[in-house]
Amino acid sequence: MAQEEQVGCARPTGGLVGETAPEEPMSDTIKPVKEKTMLTVGQKVPDFSAPGYHKGAFVNVTLSEYLGKWVVLCFYPGDFTFV
Amino acid sequence: MSIDSMFVHKMWDDDELSKMVDGGVPFPMLSDAGGNVGKAYGVFDEAAGVETRGRFLIDPDGILQGFEVLTPPVGRNVSETIRQIQAFQLIRETKGGEATPSGWRPGKKTLKPGIDLVGKVWQEWKTDMAFD
Repeated sequence: MAQEEQVGCARPTGGLVGETAPEEPMSDTIKPVKEKTMLTVGQKVPDFSAPGYHKGAFVNVTLSEYLGKWVVLCFYPGDFTFV
Repeated sequence: MSIDSMFVHKMWDDDELSKMVDGGVPFPMLSDAGGNVGKAYGVFDEAAGVETRGRFLIDPDGILQGFEVLTPPVGRNVSETIRQIQAFQLIRETKGGEATPSGWRPGKKTLKPGIDLVGKVWQEWKTDMAFD
């Protein structure tokens, strides 16, 4: 599933699959309004790719690699937290 | 998935989590530094710069079947997550021919939605069945 990744000094991070770089705002006065929205049940979830750690290796995981399986995706505030 | 780097994930697994779970965490611990994925899923707390406790159930077609989001101090109930997956799997197997009423867990009675059930749920399902 997950591909092993070469490790450099930079800290790679995750991102959405197929998303283009954000456009520059057209002017100082007109700024694109980005509404914060929650996902809707019954709809497709956004695909993403993210680096990670899995059983002794650094890996890169793309959500769509798990099509055909049930996935539990958990977010949490931070490593070494207490809950 | 959190905003921590994969290097911190490794240290947490090596130093602490492997002492709770034999062999360490069995699934990938992903990094979302910057919160791009968390923002797309609606769980990134911009003010604190961290993800909240969001949990998403995604079916084999990539469809979101359920989610739960908690503020950081309260932990999740893993048994409830597993119960929900079992219920969604049963629905999928029966292609919607059965439905799981409140309090359902494996072994408990399901309902068969249809015209015969209209107004008759009270005969099939009692309120004490909502509880374990």
